[in-house]
Formats: sequence, C-alpha cells, structure tokens
Amino acid sequence: MRSLLAVAIAMTLSAAAAAQHIDRTRGSTPIMEESVPPPLTNPDNSDIRRQRAYAMQPPVVPHKIEGYQLDRNANRCMFCHARTRTEQSQAPMISVTHFMDRDGNFLAELSPRRYFCLQCHVPQAPVNPLVESRFTDVETILRGAGSPSTLPRR
Amino acid sequence: MIRLLKRYWLVLRRPSAHYSLGFLTIGGFVGGVLFWGAFNTALELTNTEPFCTGCHEMYDNVYQELQGTIHFNNRSGVRAHCPDCHVPHEWTSKITRKMKASKEVWGKLFGTIDTREKFEAMRLALAMSEWRRLKANNSLECRNCHKFDYMDFTRQSPRATRAHSTSLASGEHTCIDCHVGIAHRLPDLADVARLAEAHGGRDVVPAVISGDVPAAPDPEATR
Repeated sequence: MRSLLAVAIAMTLSAAAAAQHIDRTRGSTPIMEESVPPPLTNPDNSDIRRQRAYAMQPPVVPHKIEGYQLDRNANRCMFCHARTRTEQSQAPMISVTHFMDRDGNFLAELSPRRYFCLQCHVPQAPVNPLVESRFTDVETILRGAGSPSTLPRR
Repeated sequence: MIRLLKRYWLVLRRPSAHYSLGFLTIGGFVGGVLFWGAFNTALELTNTEPFCTGCHEMYDNVYQELQGTIHFNNRSGVRAHCPDCHVPHEWTSKITRKMKASKEVWGKLFGTIDTREKFEAMRLALAMSEWRRLKANNSLECRNCHKFDYMDFTRQSPRATRAHSTSLASGEHTCIDCHVGIAHRLPDLADVARLAEAHGGRDVVPAVISGDVPAAPDPEATR
C-alpha cells in the first residue's frame, strides 16, 4: 500500500515536471501536432581518427558504413579490421580485448560476444546534439580545473 | 548414317522445280527478317527485369535484397536492372550467357532453389559462379557503367582514392575483388575455402574474401 502511494506521488510530480519541460527531441512542436523530422545528414567519411573522450571509450567509426552487411553470414567490418587484413587495408586492428572470452582467456579469433560491432562503434554525423552534455574530460579534472559537480550549470 | 546425310545433301543441291527464283530470294529475305526479328525480340524479352523476377525464386530472394541498395534506389534515380550486371552486353558473350542460362531453366523445372532453405544452402555456390565470371572478365558488367578513365579521385573518399589509384589502376585487383555483396546479401563465408577448391582454386574468390582461403601450396616450395 505504501509503495503504491509512493508511485502515485511520483507520477503526480513527474506529470507536473513534464508540463514545464520541453522534450528536446520534439522541440517546441505541440504534442498534438506532428513534428517535421530533420533532414538526413551524410555521416563523416573523412577517415580521420577522433580523440576518445575517455580511455576505455570504444573508438567511433570515421567512415560511412551504409549497406555494410553484419549478420550471421558475413561481417563486413572484419573484411578490413581483422588481424589478417590490416596490412592490406591499413585499418586499425580490432582491440586485443575482442579476442577474449568473458573469463579473460584469449581465443584464436574474434570472440562471439564482440561480433556485433555496432553495439559499441558507431559512425558520426555533423548534427547538433539534442541533449546538452555536461561531460568533462578527466584531463580537465586532473589539471585541477574543478569537478563536474562544481561547474556552473548553464 | 552417311547414306542419310547424302540423301539430304542431294535434296539441298537439287535446283527448285516449282518455286521461282524471285520467290525464293524475296521469300528467303522476308523469312530471314521475320526470323531474326522474332529471335531478337525473344532475346530482349528474356533480358528484362519482369522476366527475371517472373519466378518466385528470383522475386522472393534476390530481387528483395536488391531493393534498398544503391543500385536500386538512390538520389539520382539511375538504376541497374538484373541483366545490366548478370548478362554481358556484347552480342557473342550475351549468347554464350544465354546458352548457359538453359541450366537455370533446368533448375527451375526441377526446383533446385524453390524454397528459402534450398536457396540459402546454394547461396555460396551461386555467388561463387558470379564472382568467377566477374573475375574472369575483369568486372566487365561493372565497367559498362563505371568507367575507370572517368573516375575523379578527388571526388572520392580518401580510402576509395587509395584503393582505386593503386591496385585497381595497376590491374592487380578488379571491381569485384572489393565490391562483393553490394547488390545481394553475402553467403555464409565459412565454407568458402572448400568451395573455392571445387570452383578452380583461390583465384576465383574476390580478394576481400580470399583472405580466408589458404593460398595454394607453392609448387616451387614442394619440389
């Protein structure tokens, strides 16, 4: 009963919050009207490696992958990024972690749990982010410029 | 047998007794025109997409896969139809391909790929036969539209420029060596080494795939 009451209160509060809050993905279009989706943007195809936001970040894809097959039959990404292909393609080899099973044992080939590249690695498009990011590079913190909690909120 | 041939030869040699020379020449000419017209019309008719996708094997499998690729719909609306890539445009090669296609008629009659499962099982063999053809004719059907001499490398991405200005330009590789599975889905590549053996070795497999196929043992080394 008590939890039910808590849920009811939470719902009322969130409804009140939603009344003031504008959905960033919808923009200012009223809820009863259909918003016009932004035009499609061509993804970055420059082949220039980007800086990672933090050490463990999966690198993003700096090229187009439109139409690339990634299914049970074939993995188009591995045509270039597999260990045996990197000399010909000059593409970065998949990370050594991708050969490990979950117990840390090294396998001879790409671990099945890493097969679907797009779960982590994504292409980039030059669009404005819908939601503001307050991410701070750890480098900034290390230099003593403050922590995210003390940064002035915009 | 020889006697039979001799008899027909004599019939052919004997001058006509009933028909005039005019009838025979003009009739022969008109007949020839009619025959050739009909032959070419039939040839053209079997070289159209509605004909190719007329059977469910092609319509349900490969035609569905083509839709959505750059060769089916794109910004400029230029598209490739089945015969653009699968039938040579030059007359002699076209007739050769058409004769080979009689095997496909056999396949249709006996239901070689009449279910999705059968098609999937055959997919590698089917792909392999197309790869072999394109490897052998230096990707002629690609080059009917995509002319190397008119490619502007400055309009290509850095990766494309690198590949096209090196191994494609030198003739080391041909289009199909890299551009595989662009109009249809790729087959399960696990079996590629075994099937390459059956199809005439590593050379019939596009380079981008043959990385998985062990190279044939060097005859010099084994000697």
